[in-house]
Amino acid sequence: MSTPIDYLLHLADNAVVLGQRNAEWCGHGPILEEDLALANVSLDLIGQARLLYQRVAELQGGDATEDKLAYFRDAHEFRNYTLLELPHHGPLVGYAAADRDYATTIVRNFLYSALMVLVWDGLQNSSDAGLAAIAAKSIKEASYHLHHARDWLVRMGDGTDESHARVQAAVNHLMPYTEEFWTISPAEGAAVAAHVAVDVWALRPAWDALVNDALAEATLSRPNFHGYVTEGKVGLHSEHLGFLLAEMQSLARAHPDGRW
Amino acid sequence: MSTATERVWAALEALTDPEIPVVTLRELGILREVNDAPDGLEVVITPTYSGCPAMGQIEDDVRATLAELGVAARVVTRLSPPWTTDWMSDAAKAKLHAYGIAPPHTRPPADVSVMRFIKRPVADVVSCPHCGSSHTVVTSQFGSTACKALYKCLDCQEPFDYFKPY
Ligand SMILES: [Zn+2]
Repeated sequence: MSTPIDYLLHLADNAVVLGQRNAEWCGHGPILEEDLALANVSLDLIGQARLLYQRVAELQGGDATEDKLAYFRDAHEFRNYTLLELPHHGPLVGYAAADRDYATTIVRNFLYSALMVLVWDGLQNSSDAGLAAIAAKSIKEASYHLHHARDWLVRMGDGTDESHARVQAAVNHLMPYTEEFWTISPAEGAAVAAHVAVDVWALRPAWDALVNDALAEATLSRPNFHGYVTEGKVGLHSEHLGFLLAEMQSLARAHPDGRW
Repeated sequence: MSTATERVWAALEALTDPEIPVVTLRELGILREVNDAPDGLEVVITPTYSGCPAMGQIEDDVRATLAELGVAARVVTRLSPPWTTDWMSDAAKAKLHAYGIAPPHTRPPADVSVMRFIKRPVADVVSCPHCGSSHTVVTSQFGSTACKALYKCLDCQEPFDYFKPY
């Protein structure tokens, strides 16, 4: 049974895109400790992405490499959730810019790491031994990411009027994007059929429990959702991914066979 | 163990962690095996955190030591079983403590409830490596590296690193 490569790319692209996004805080963190924390979370995510891209390259064979996968695919070839490519602030018209908002950063890290502890936990039993080995490491890292994000979610939610309002706005903005977690893409369906992936739908009650428990402790409310479900994981992205990739890929593309 | 593998072990034993030079790669559990495979010698290492930037340096150090020894051996990175701080010997933990880093606690036993992902062990008191006080508080879950958390001692007032269980 061949391992569905698109599914591995989905996991890898999630990690690299959020790792790149969070790395924007490097040198700009709200306090020194958080600057270091976000840089370390990014290192873990980029490390996970590298292991996954290496596994894909191994399966593809030929001249495939982790760098080609990360730096020489375009936005429509990326399979990450739309949630992870969004900028660190609330919704704006397309040409507007805004300051980075730490509440947005924390809420996104919380929503994603609450999912990934469950996904990595299940993937430890993947029929793909390479993926199972990556999952057994990543689960340990994701649970530290979850602790970190949850602590700040509670601290800001149950904090001042200003911090509460900002973190509630971030929850209202980002929660609808999590609907994408629960639709099954063709790549996920094939991977589940091959016993490579876990069925995310089955993880939903556990994710809801983690999210509702934290929101309650943080005195935050969970918005209802009716609307468009994003489809980043099948390659239909927001306008934000192209800018993120341009920054991440430009150096490698300017010096195609450069080594450093 | 063949003489060749013994020589390799002896030479690699001297290698220390690039970030924490008081403990060896073997003590940390990064250096796993030296095998006398039919197609030549093989040194097996395993990464700590997925994104640990020291891994490149560690692999280079292993290769350089093998080259110096005049031994042709390949270096293999293996992920499974995943590295854990539980592999650290008591001697290694004592060295970390003496260096000013609170050593990792043993990982708690597996639990099946979903809340295990956020629960903290109640008795997880980290003692200050400077004065021994257990009156300490976490400043940040991530310190100078991903593998360490930043703590502060409320008695001697000194900040210190805690090597987190992994
Ligand atoms: Zn002290």
